Amino acid sequence: MRLEDHPIVEFKRGKEVTIYFNGKPIKAYEGETVASALYAAGVRTFSRSFRFHRPRGFFCAIGKCSSCLMEVDGIPNIRVCKVYVKDGMQVRTQNSFPNADNDLLGVLDSIIDRFYPHGSHYKKFNRPRILREFITKRVRGFAGTGNPPKKVFEGEASFEEIETDLAVVGGGPAGMSAAIFAAKAGARVILMDENPFLGGQLVKQTHRFFGSGRHRAGTRGIRIATILADEIKELKNIDVRFETKVFGIYDGIVGAVEKEKKLLRIKPKKIVVATGAYERTLIFENNDLPGVYGAGGVQTLMNVYGIKPGNKGLIVGSGNVGLILTYQLMQAGVKVAAIVEAMPRIGGYFVHAAKVRRLGVPIYTSYTIQRAIGKKKVEAAEIVKLDENWCPVKGSEKRIECDFICIAIGLSPTHELLYQAGCEMKFVPELGGLVPVRNKYGETTVEGVYVAGDVAGIEEATAAMMEGRIAGIDAAIKIGYGGDEALKIREEVVRDLKEFREGPFGARIVAGLQKVTMEEGGA
Amino acid sequence: MSYLVRGYLEEDELPPKPSRERLEERNVAYIECPQEIPCSPCIESCKYDAIKMENINAPPEVDYEKCNGCMQCIRVCPGLAIFILRIKDGKGYVTLAYEFLPWPKKGQEVVLLNRKGEEVGKGKVTWVLPPEKNDHTSLVRVEMDPELIFDVRAIRIIEG
Repeated sequence: MRLEDHPIVEFKRGKEVTIYFNGKPIKAYEGETVASALYAAGVRTFSRSFRFHRPRGFFCAIGKCSSCLMEVDGIPNIRVCKVYVKDGMQVRTQNSFPNADNDLLGVLDSIIDRFYPHGSHYKKFNRPRILREFITKRVRGFAGTGNPPKKVFEGEASFEEIETDLAVVGGGPAGMSAAIFAAKAGARVILMDENPFLGGQLVKQTHRFFGSGRHRAGTRGIRIATILADEIKELKNIDVRFETKVFGIYDGIVGAVEKEKKLLRIKPKKIVVATGAYERTLIFENNDLPGVYGAGGVQTLMNVYGIKPGNKGLIVGSGNVGLILTYQLMQAGVKVAAIVEAMPRIGGYFVHAAKVRRLGVPIYTSYTIQRAIGKKKVEAAEIVKLDENWCPVKGSEKRIECDFICIAIGLSPTHELLYQAGCEMKFVPELGGLVPVRNKYGETTVEGVYVAGDVAGIEEATAAMMEGRIAGIDAAIKIGYGGDEALKIREEVVRDLKEFREGPFGARIVAGLQKVTMEEGGA
Repeated sequence: MSYLVRGYLEEDELPPKPSRERLEERNVAYIECPQEIPCSPCIESCKYDAIKMENINAPPEVDYEKCNGCMQCIRVCPGLAIFILRIKDGKGYVTLAYEFLPWPKKGQEVVLLNRKGEEVGKGKVTWVLPPEKNDHTSLVRVEMDPELIFDVRAIRIIEG
């Protein structure tokens, strides 16, 4: 499963270590997450769902989906896609007996489900009350997530208070750009990211970027991540905090935990929230079967850790993510059975589609996935044609042989922190979901809190970098740094971004932005 | 916009073709990028002012008389949508970007694929820009029947 050679990426694996999966030794490499090490060893079932004990496995790979919760060194409910392997680590499946692969309580799903289908605990045995209470108790006895911890935190906890000009939450393209542009104008910046590296999702973008040369078009995403990280290293007024999770913004004070042991109380003058997005899933039969993955999850597994997701995939969605992923799978030597697209036309850039089409990958427009087929993991998929009213056409079902399915139907902004901070939010479908109201520089309705990148509206990395630059430099200007030069740069980037969005792909974004952009000034 | 249903261009959707005389004279860039997308590295890389693009979203148009065939644009195009065409001594040549393993080698025989991924014949690799010289995008020139240069858009390495 591990890739040794790849046309674009060179995988530098760390020291070989051994972790234990339900007591069984598994080979892993330092720098790898537990989820990817398990995946490489062929483990597909990580745990069982808390009520019907359905198999749960890998899905998003970036800590957003809760599908990979396991017990690690005695602590339950750990997202194993966010934990890095250590020699001797004990990883166990949870919500199952004796283990997740062969769970006795799986009968709840396979047999009892026939008489007591999913959802019926809301409808059945409701009357009389005494019966309801009895049944509820019994059902709850089966349910739950994980076992009580076998261990408590033993390290030393500490506390640090930081006063600075700008706090940036998220070290992806938008956050890094905001930090760089604010720091260049003279501001002191603290840049926080939950990962032990900077770059966000750029680290898995092996393709060359679109846009203009001034904004690094023609350069691969992975290189852009390195270029920006190097620039940050050079800037002495940026304090980077890795493995730092920001949990709240309270009247302008940022609360965070660094490396699970140090509490940070940060008092910045301005804040840029650049938390990115998470993948959406799609409703279809068996969509929770291990083997159904987020497109980005597969990119992480394959392009960051060098692990093949399977032998043959089906891609659901022909936006740029789906098309690029198809190409990347082929670069890793993985076959792609087909791309299905519910819309009557390809959603992403034509040139991306042409790249895979000329290598023989069929693209089914006006088709969608109807169900995933398989018992404990994906063994095939069934797709179906949609008529002009988006209804499945009877008799048009096709079975596609594949061992994994990638859902590439879009992203939703990771908006929770903004919501908690009190920003006025709006649901804007064009921007991918709940996004904050902001002015043209990205400042939200909470004074001093800026937004940039996908969390401001789903777009792509080039636009995210431009938004980050604008937010960072505007924050620096408002604090009093930069002078006329900074004002000039800010207006230049605003102009570039406007031009970037002038085509048909930008039209949707512009329409969305009109609904959330305040006329003047901001708060 | 029916190419967006199929994922490939049909004959009537292709950009204007350079003349046979022009193709026999020297290399020429042929850009299959019909859709409005925000992208401009090709025009920025062109030293001969041969690419026209009204704004960053407009599709590029090549002036075949100004194009020198220098191959700067094909090196940077993120859409891998540029092909360098040539006819010399009665033989056709297509240069395309290639990003798969194993890397093609000079002298190797390869399967020629059209825009739909169908086999249309066999050709011979006559020149390769090594991947390490262009951030892992190799450029491969393949010799073929001159009638095929507007059809062949991909190659497949013959295994074994």
